[in-house]
Amino acid sequence: MAEIRNYTMNFGPQHPAAHGVLRLVLEMDGETVVRADPHIGLLHRATEKLAESKPYNQSIGYLDRMDYMSMMCNEHAYVRAIEDLLGIEPPPRAQWIRTLFDEITRFSNHLLWTAACGLDLGAMTVFLYAFREREMIMDMYEAVSGARMHAGYYRPGGVYRDLPDTVPKYTETRWTKGKDLKRRNEWREGTLLDFIEAFARDVPERIDEYETLLTDNRIWKQRTVGIGVVPPEKAIQMGFSGVMLRGSGIEWDLRKKQPYAMYDQVDFDIPVGVGGDCYDRYLVRIEEMRQSARIILQCVDWLRANPGHVMLKNFKVIPPTREEMKDDMEALIHHFKLFTEGYCVPAGETYAAVEAPKGELGCYLVSDGANKPFRVHFRAPGFAHLSGINDMASGHMLADTVAIISTLDLVFGEVDR
Amino acid sequence: MNERTKRLVEALQDRFGDRVSVTATPVGMLTVETTVAAWLEVCRALRDEESFAFDQLTDLCGVDYLGYGQSEWETTDATDTGFGRGVEALGPGRFDWASRPEAADLQQRFGVVVHLLSFRHNQRLRLRCFAPDEGMPIVPSLVEIWGSANWYEREAFDLFGIIFEGHPDLRRILTDYGFTGHPFRKDFPLIGNVAVRYDTEKKRVVYEPVEIEPRVGVPRGIREDSRYRTDELDRAADSRAERLAAEAQSAARQEENDG
Repeated sequence: MAEIRNYTMNFGPQHPAAHGVLRLVLEMDGETVVRADPHIGLLHRATEKLAESKPYNQSIGYLDRMDYMSMMCNEHAYVRAIEDLLGIEPPPRAQWIRTLFDEITRFSNHLLWTAACGLDLGAMTVFLYAFREREMIMDMYEAVSGARMHAGYYRPGGVYRDLPDTVPKYTETRWTKGKDLKRRNEWREGTLLDFIEAFARDVPERIDEYETLLTDNRIWKQRTVGIGVVPPEKAIQMGFSGVMLRGSGIEWDLRKKQPYAMYDQVDFDIPVGVGGDCYDRYLVRIEEMRQSARIILQCVDWLRANPGHVMLKNFKVIPPTREEMKDDMEALIHHFKLFTEGYCVPAGETYAAVEAPKGELGCYLVSDGANKPFRVHFRAPGFAHLSGINDMASGHMLADTVAIISTLDLVFGEVDR
Repeated sequence: MNERTKRLVEALQDRFGDRVSVTATPVGMLTVETTVAAWLEVCRALRDEESFAFDQLTDLCGVDYLGYGQSEWETTDATDTGFGRGVEALGPGRFDWASRPEAADLQQRFGVVVHLLSFRHNQRLRLRCFAPDEGMPIVPSLVEIWGSANWYEREAFDLFGIIFEGHPDLRRILTDYGFTGHPFRKDFPLIGNVAVRYDTEKKRVVYEPVEIEPRVGVPRGIREDSRYRTDELDRAADSRAERLAAEAQSAARQEENDG
């Protein structure tokens, strides 16, 4: 009898469902996956090594580019690590703004995930719907930081500036005019907080829209139910976190268990899956979007009622304002020192973790007392999740691998760093 | 340090004795340092025993301690070199491969740092060991104990050249196919060694030696800041508290005597 050998094939690195630059070497038996061996590193930019060569604050911009779907959450982990070592605590208003924008970011991440995952499995409409809402989130980012994606908004000691009183409006063009223009600008008449509130009040309805397209959709369920099941013990053993853990039924969320920023003062629930398959992970993400909208509204209420500083007044770490600098010799000296040399962080080491949309994002920071970090290491959730793909995909069909990769919620910026 | 951390410190010291050294910092988690010889035994106990129950390895990374605590501003003859020493010193990112600094003979150059998480006790722990031989750093692999160590150890091997004994599949993970060297070592240049580009004439990707100059704008400096002398401040606060307590006691005694 002729010997039948397994067939080895490349999935990616240029594949629309590889979510970036994943090269997955699959050993196939017919259409069944026998072994999956991911080759990563095609987007490796040595973020950690680059951070060693520049003052602390100059690396914040690199972090936006790490997990480029949830920019501000990355900044949050890094900034928290520095604050830990410096022993400073940002003012409450800054903490609330961070909570607000962490949730906006979480929402945007899950939104894009729903869109892309739908597209991977053949549901085109969700993608178009989701980008309608994503546009508004990008506008919120722009209003607060000036950049639509890579914000660089969180700083050690607070956030760069207070929430603005205006939101950019659409101007009249050949395509956007009259009634349409008025509708688009309707939410944007007031402050940024008004805009965010209008958005968060409206958004549960939008999530219902996505759900009508997916949740009970027969094709969607056939593609996801019972696919890529992760038992809870396995999830812990493989170092999973975030939705990958909660989808398997483990109630673990750093926002509740080890609260940071203002998460201990807001009211929200943690959705937990039952089966640990792709469908449960989808349901968890959808519910997390609803919870995010809830948190956003609470943050808006607090921020409206409590004006105040958004930055510490500690000139050894935080630069003085331009007005102060032009007026005061001491402020000028501090400004000069901070922008030429940066600040020195006392020697020590710390690990600061935040519940990023994809899971636990940790920043391990070692300082030897210099103005640059001695070693930074980012614990990226996607790295651990991808390492478990062999266990998850083995025995499934090739098409299921797409569903599994998709629900891992990978972004190669953070897997490769 | 809260009650739970105190209990954990005691449990660690009771269980492992002098095989581990426990450091507590005012912020964050405990650091436990152990030797390569006790590495596996300590880890297994930390996972399996009820009082620890660290069921997840959250993170593992290598650290190269070459040049720890060195400042580029430091000099013995300041007047001769003046400002230039800050930007000409061969600190990290300032040299190419040919002029890389000689690795000092460090006893403890490569460290492996592990972060553990216990879901049951909601507790974290940092664990560290140093590879004894700097030329050939070997540390036992933790893959058997925590499955998640697999890729993290591959990463530490790739970037630092730390060899994990007993690892089932110790391949490079992040760097290019056929890469030489371990890029996150402190004596590896920031600009790298080779550049890759597509050659339109040869119609293929070519590797060439890097042409860019190593350049880092801001010198690395270490400044003593009295605000961060926490040990001295702590000691001062302690002695003040003791003095106040003693005063209160003597005042109470005085009152008693008077009464």
